[in-house]
Amino acid sequence: MRMPLSKKISLYTLLTVSAFLVFVPIIFAFLMSFMNSQDAMLGKIIPSVWTLDNYVKAFERLPLLKFLFNSLMTSLLIMIGQLVLSSLAAYAFVFLKFKGRDALFFLFIATMMIPFEASIIPNFQTVKGMNLLDTYPGLALPFLATAFGTFLLRQTFKQIPKELKEASEIAGMGHFKFYLTVVLPVAKTSLVTLALYGFLTAWNMYLWPLLSTTNDHVRTVQIGLKQLQSQETVNQWGVVMAGAMVVAIPTLILLFVGQKRLQKGLAEGALK
Amino acid sequence: MNTESAMPFEYNQVHFEELKKQQRKKVFLKGLLFLLPSLLLFSIFIFYPMIRTVYLSFFLTNQAGITTVFVGMQNYIDIFTSPIFMKSLTSTFLFVLFTVPGTIIVSLFLAVIANEKIKGIGFFRMIFSSTMGVSVAAASVFWLFLFHPSIGFFNKILVTFGFDKIGWLTNPEWALASVSLSTIWMNIGFTFLIILGGLQSIDSHLYESANIDGAGFFYKLRRITIPMLSPTLFFVVTVSIINSFQTFGQIDMLTKGGPSNETNLIVYSIYREAFVNYQYGTASAQAVILFIIILIMTVIQFKLGERKVHYQ
Amino acid sequence: MKHVELMDISKSYDKQTNVLDEINLSINKGEFFVLVGPSGCGKSTLLRMVAGLEEITGGVLKLNDEVANHLPPKNRNLSMVFQNYALYPHLTVEQNILFGLDVKRVNKKEQKRRLMETAEMIGLSELLKRKPKELSGGQRQRVALARSVVSEAPLCLMDEPLSNLDAKLRAHMRVEIRRLQRKLGLTMIYVTHDQVEAMTMGDRIMVLNDGKVQQVGKPITLYNEPANTFVASFIGSPKMNMGKAELFVENRQIKVEDKLTFHLSPSDLIHIPADKKTMIGIRAEHIYPATEQDATNYLEVVGVEQLGNETIIVFEELGGHLWNAKWPGQWAINLGDKVPVNISVQNFCFFDAENGQLIQPAYQEQNQEQEVIAQ
Repeated sequence: MRMPLSKKISLYTLLTVSAFLVFVPIIFAFLMSFMNSQDAMLGKIIPSVWTLDNYVKAFERLPLLKFLFNSLMTSLLIMIGQLVLSSLAAYAFVFLKFKGRDALFFLFIATMMIPFEASIIPNFQTVKGMNLLDTYPGLALPFLATAFGTFLLRQTFKQIPKELKEASEIAGMGHFKFYLTVVLPVAKTSLVTLALYGFLTAWNMYLWPLLSTTNDHVRTVQIGLKQLQSQETVNQWGVVMAGAMVVAIPTLILLFVGQKRLQKGLAEGALK
Repeated sequence: MNTESAMPFEYNQVHFEELKKQQRKKVFLKGLLFLLPSLLLFSIFIFYPMIRTVYLSFFLTNQAGITTVFVGMQNYIDIFTSPIFMKSLTSTFLFVLFTVPGTIIVSLFLAVIANEKIKGIGFFRMIFSSTMGVSVAAASVFWLFLFHPSIGFFNKILVTFGFDKIGWLTNPEWALASVSLSTIWMNIGFTFLIILGGLQSIDSHLYESANIDGAGFFYKLRRITIPMLSPTLFFVVTVSIINSFQTFGQIDMLTKGGPSNETNLIVYSIYREAFVNYQYGTASAQAVILFIIILIMTVIQFKLGERKVHYQ
Repeated sequence: MKHVELMDISKSYDKQTNVLDEINLSINKGEFFVLVGPSGCGKSTLLRMVAGLEEITGGVLKLNDEVANHLPPKNRNLSMVFQNYALYPHLTVEQNILFGLDVKRVNKKEQKRRLMETAEMIGLSELLKRKPKELSGGQRQRVALARSVVSEAPLCLMDEPLSNLDAKLRAHMRVEIRRLQRKLGLTMIYVTHDQVEAMTMGDRIMVLNDGKVQQVGKPITLYNEPANTFVASFIGSPKMNMGKAELFVENRQIKVEDKLTFHLSPSDLIHIPADKKTMIGIRAEHIYPATEQDATNYLEVVGVEQLGNETIIVFEELGGHLWNAKWPGQWAINLGDKVPVNISVQNFCFFDAENGQLIQPAYQEQNQEQEVIAQ
């Protein structure tokens, strides 16, 4: 059905105003990151002179590159771990029928009700006890197993016709090979969704990196930003904003690229 | 059948049963093998810590977190008689009360207007979901600036219109609301994406037949969109509530729990008690309370939700 | 020689209700055997038990005279074609066809040879590099067939392989599958709910209902001598017309549903069963058009289906069912007309009124056929 022009205009107006309101904090930050400190102090919105000084300073003041690298490593580790572990678990829940499976599935659901934040104290002690504080594994390990990821993939795997499994059984293919050569390739889209989601949430983690890192060698960029912000005085807002942009831009790009896929995947995993 | 062939026949059946049992055992072991990595990590980082937290909550500990004295319910008595913790609880509930409906309403609105199929809609969807790509730390920095008492955007607007400046994050009357506002912003990206996904899975024939009947926008919203969206909304509400109870990052960056503990939300309180004051016992007691709250919330959600939600 | 043998095979899921009840059956090498029945009758379950995809609850399954209950599917030396074809969406046609050979580590040269041969035979040579989603339904069906053929397994199981195709293609594939089976000398177990498929393809048919065997036999036997009322109404289209019949020996009469009366000649009286109450069945083609003179009965027409070469006339309800007649040629009949028909008691199949078992099939089948041709 074609939309009448008046409706179209009002819809676009609504969309534009909403988009502006949603995006305005990011726009301000973006503009400010190119401002000199006078402009910032005066509370200007658009810089009178565009400068990259703030970025240079941010990278000088903190080992931001190292932090970015740390974040990347941790996020990749978590992402890959989640893909492997959730796909294995989801496979068992879909293609293997055995006694106690439903009980184990319930156990997985139960993990969603236990907030990580409520159990940080023992987790901190555990990771400390394993001598994994200030290491990438220490940062990643608690997040590798995920019930959400398992559900998402279970949903996808369930849509694979069971005849594919049966045909492979007749051909003489075992479970692990079927998982590798059929299930994973067929479920590629969902794996990408989970990878995106896993990477995004890992990159944006705050509390755990704050607790489990004490030095710059493994500190993630989020905690770096906190450091930058708490060191800075008012007149150096530009530097802080530059830091914030450095932190936010990789995930923003990732989100923009994968938005459609993420939206589809999340809706499927969350709801069925 | 004659008796000669009956004998081996009986034997066969028993034999098959034995084989079947073995096969089932094999599948069971395989299943466990596939689940083992997840189960192992869940045990170490979720189930054990949960039990350990409950255990710790009955003890006093030294600085290293080693239990020293068994105190029974004393930690719980302490926190519930502590005005600071009670304040923290109240703030947390208020915070949830502000942020959850706020997030859902804003996101629902954005999703509904972004669900129209018109040119350039992809761009708007991208913008609306953008806050999901902004980390708590970065978002907090953005909002720190907006809330800044002298150069902040909000106060500048107030001044322009002739009002007095407000200490958004320093005034006890405003701090919680300010933090809630920034949190709503941080949450809309994710919530928007989920709701949009839900909207798009609604069968378009429903709208077409409503259009033929001449139904208006709000009629369709009330009679088709909201009912068909109820499973999505149900999920989103549950997740938002749980997330709100677990808020930490923006508190740490924006207010550090202040002013006068106005924004000392429960996770922040646990964090401070454990990692600043080294009171693992009382911190654990608080964590147990948080766990119970979330458990109750989920159960209530499921009990209430399941009846009202319209599944296809 | 026996290829597949089922002895007292039964299946239950919760150890209470039997999905399949003591099935006994043997299928010979090179035979095209069709399992037919309404949906939910257990025919697919039976097939899957032969394949090894479903556990056998009780009884013995023999393949090539060896007990096979415990064998995993891969050791049963069989191939299977599924209703949805079970093609791997991420693999090309070629990879799909060779999937099983790859798993069994057949060497590459041999794979190539078999692939070319099979693709040639089934007409897929042009499509080998395509993905399943780029194929039409019929082409996918062929790939599934090819996968089965290429395995060179002597036993082939098919589970409703044609039900996702349109009618025209289905008719074509019926012939093709049959041809392929003969050519390769395969033993085939073919599951379908479509009795036309069963009749046209099978060397022998087993009719299954509610987990119980109704009848096993050649298609024409099932048609002419249905073992019970279920088979009678399941096999043949339109289905056999049925009605309760009552015999009045003193009046030399038999009454069907208290509506139709038939006079019995002395020879009829000798041939038909002496039971007072029976269930009779008569095929649609045995309700002949008649003139005023040779009409045995008049029936009210409630529907006419013009098929061009023949006409199906639907009559008023008798015993709760509409009766059908199938007349060759084209007939102009108005709805509501009472038309004269000729029905001969010789064409009645008699079933037990209580349990529906066949008492006696139509006894002058042969004569009647000739008459039809003569007309």
